[in-house]
Amino acid sequence: MTIFFAILFYVATAVFVLGLAFKIIDFARTPAPLSIPTTPAPTTSGGVALRMFREVVFFESLFKGSLWIWMFAAAFHFGLALVVVRHLRYFTEPVWFWVAFAQPFGMYAGFAMVAGLGGLWARRFLVERIRYISTPSDHLMLVLLLLIGLTGLGMKFLMHTDIVAVKAFFLGLLRFEILPLPDHPGLYLHLLLVAALMIVFPFSKLLHAPGVFFSPSRNQADNPREARHLAPWAAKLEKN
Amino acid sequence: MAAPDAKAKTEAPAFRQFPAVPAIRSGATEGVRSYVANDKIQEAIGFPGKLADNWQETHDAVIAKMGDLLGKYRSLKVYMDACVHCGSCTDKCHYFIGTNDPKNMPVARQELMRSVYRRYFTPAGKMFPSLVGARDLSREVLDEWYTYFWQCSECRRCSVFCPYGIDTAEITMAGREILDHVGYGQKYSNEIIGKVHKIGNNLGLPGPALEDTLNGLEEDVKDDTGVDVKYPLDVHGAEVLLVTPSADFFAEPHIESLIGYGKVFHAAGISWTLSTKASEAGNFGMFIGNYDQLRKIALRVREAALELGVKRIVVGECGHAWRVAYAFWNTLTGIGAGANDPFAVELQKQLDPNYKQPSHICEVTWDLIQQGRLKFDKSANDSRIITFHDSCNVARASRMGDYPGGQFDIPRNIIKAVANNYFEMAPDTTREKTFCCGGGGCLLTDELIDIRVKGALPRMEALKNVVDEHGVNFMATICAICKAQFTKVLPYYGFNMRLVGGVHQLVSTAIQLGNEQ
Repeated sequence: MTIFFAILFYVATAVFVLGLAFKIIDFARTPAPLSIPTTPAPTTSGGVALRMFREVVFFESLFKGSLWIWMFAAAFHFGLALVVVRHLRYFTEPVWFWVAFAQPFGMYAGFAMVAGLGGLWARRFLVERIRYISTPSDHLMLVLLLLIGLTGLGMKFLMHTDIVAVKAFFLGLLRFEILPLPDHPGLYLHLLLVAALMIVFPFSKLLHAPGVFFSPSRNQADNPREARHLAPWAAKLEKN
Repeated sequence: MAAPDAKAKTEAPAFRQFPAVPAIRSGATEGVRSYVANDKIQEAIGFPGKLADNWQETHDAVIAKMGDLLGKYRSLKVYMDACVHCGSCTDKCHYFIGTNDPKNMPVARQELMRSVYRRYFTPAGKMFPSLVGARDLSREVLDEWYTYFWQCSECRRCSVFCPYGIDTAEITMAGREILDHVGYGQKYSNEIIGKVHKIGNNLGLPGPALEDTLNGLEEDVKDDTGVDVKYPLDVHGAEVLLVTPSADFFAEPHIESLIGYGKVFHAAGISWTLSTKASEAGNFGMFIGNYDQLRKIALRVREAALELGVKRIVVGECGHAWRVAYAFWNTLTGIGAGANDPFAVELQKQLDPNYKQPSHICEVTWDLIQQGRLKFDKSANDSRIITFHDSCNVARASRMGDYPGGQFDIPRNIIKAVANNYFEMAPDTTREKTFCCGGGGCLLTDELIDIRVKGALPRMEALKNVVDEHGVNFMATICAICKAQFTKVLPYYGFNMRLVGGVHQLVSTAIQLGNEQ
C-alpha cells in the first residue's frame, strides 16, 4: 500500500501541476481583443487588483447575487483554506510559525467546510432551478469533497491514525524516499480521494479557481480612453 | 414548434405580488423564433447564404468556427471552463423572469454551447459525456442555439452577479457568429447591417430624405420657439460631428431628443454637423459578435470625421452605440490614442487634443451646464413626473465622465438640472442592476414580440411602483432601442406609450435659446 500511495501521489501531483500550468498558459495566451470589463469598473490597475481581491477573497459578486449560495460557498472555501493551511504541517519541518498558529482554527474549519458543502449539495436537490442545471459531475464533485472532509474529521475525532508516520511518509516523498504509511482504512480512503481531486482538477469545473483571474469582465481596467486594446490577430486587419 | 402567429395572442404576464422567483416551465418559449435571413441578406455581408445540404459539413464547420473563436477570445475560453453551476445567475435574466423558460436562465443559455464545447474540446467530455453534461452537436442542438441565442439581449446583467464575471453576452455573440458562419443568420440584424453599408444607416434613409427631414425639423423648431436652430448635414469644418441612431431622425419619441441636441449646440454656440455617411451610431456588428462587421461599421465614422474635418465626435442617445464608441472605437479605428495607421494618425492630428475620444451627448450637455453656458426654465417640465431607466450597455459596459459610475450620475444630473420632479425606481432595478427593456441585442423585431413583452416584466413592475407611489408619467432613457421597445410594449402593461422619452427631450423642453426675456 505504501508503494501504491507513493506512486499515486507522484502521479497526482504531476497531473495537477502540469495540467493546471497548461490551462493557465492557455488562458494567458488567448488574446482578449476588446475592452469588456463589467462597469462600473476601476480605471487603474491598482483598482483592478483591489476588485480581484474582493472577488477572490470575499466573493463580492456572489454576495450581490445570492446570499444563500454565498454563505455556503464562503463556509466551504474559507474552511478549506484553513484546512489546507493546517495540513501544511505534514510537509514542513520545522513547521512554519503561522501554520502552527492556525492549527486550532483549522480543526474547526473542517466542520465549516463540511457544513458548507452540505448546504451546497442540498441546494442541488431542493432548489428547482439549481436542480435543472446540475449535472452528475456536479453531484460527484460535492460527494468527493464531502468524503474528503468527513474522512479527515473522522481521523481527527473518531479513529486516530499515526500522524507522525504520515508526516514522515510525505516528508519522505519530498526527498524521493519511500517511508511506510500507517495501515489505516480511513487514511487510505482520505488520501485516495485527495489524489482523485488533484487529478480531476485541471479537467473539471475546478478550473474556476485559475479562471477567475483571467476573466476579462473582472480583470480589465476601464481605460479605453487612455489605452488602446489591440489583439495581435486584430492588428493584422489594419494592414489591409 | 408553435406557429409564428402565436404573436397574435401575446399578453403581458401579470405583475408579481412579491418579486418571487418563478417556477420553471420547460420549453415555454421554444416556439418563439426570430426569422432566418435569406441567402441574399446573408451573402450581402459575406456570410454563406444557407446551411449546407449535408449535415456533416455544417457540423464540422460549426466545430471549426468554435475552435477558431476559442483561440481568439479569452472571454469565451475562460467562460466555457470556469462555470461551476452555482446558480447565482439563474434568477437574474429578465427573459427568464418573464417567460419561466429554464433555457433563459443565463447558465442554461451558456450551457447550450458549453455542452458542445465539452464534448469536442475537453478530455472529460470526450470520455464521459453524460457525466459532465456534454452532448454531440446535432441539427436539433443547432436549432436550439438559434432559438435561445436570439432570446438574449446581451445586457450583461447576469455577469454582474457571477462570481467569475461570466458574461452571457460574450457567449451569445459567439453563438451568433458561429451560426452566421454556417449560413444560419438572423434576418433582422443582417438585413440592417446590409443597409448600413449600402445606404449609411440602419433604417435605410438616403441622403436626400435625411436632408428633407432635417429641413422640416428646422421649420418646426422655428415655429415652436421663434429661433433659427440649425440641424446641419455634411457641413465641412464644423467643430462637432454628431453621430446618432437613425431612429432619431424620424421616430417618436427619438426625434424630440435630436431636437434637444440641436438646441444645446445652438445655445452653447458650438458649430456641429450630422453626416450622411455616418448617419447611424448603432453598430449591429457587436450584436452578432462579428469583429469584421463591428470594425467596418465603425470605420464609417472615422471616414466621415476625416472628410468633414471635425474637431470632436459626439454620440447621441443610443445604448449599444455608446458602448461601441466608448469601449471599442479606439481599438477598432484608432479614434482615441495609440493607433499608428496613417488614417488614425491623421485623425488624431485633426481632433481637439482635449477630445481625442468620443464624447456622449450627455457629457457635452452636463459640461456646458456646469460651465453655466446653458440656461433652463425648469418649470417648463413641471407637468412631468420623471424617472430614469438605465440602459444596459451604458450602465454595464461603458462610462461617462472621469470616474466609474459617471454613466449613472450624469444623465440624472442633467434631468435634475432641467426638471423639478424626479423619482428613482427601486435600487435593485437601476444603475448596474438595471433591467433590460426587453428589446436589446437585435431582438427589436415584430416576430419576437412575445418575449419582448414578457422580458419587459421586471422593468414594468418597477415602473408600476413609481407610477402608483409618485404619479410618474415620464420614463427618461438614453437609448434608441429602449425608446422603440417601450413605445411598443408599454400598452401591453396598461401604460401610455408616450410615457417613455429621451433625456434631451427634457432638455429641449426647458432650455432657453439665448433669447430669455
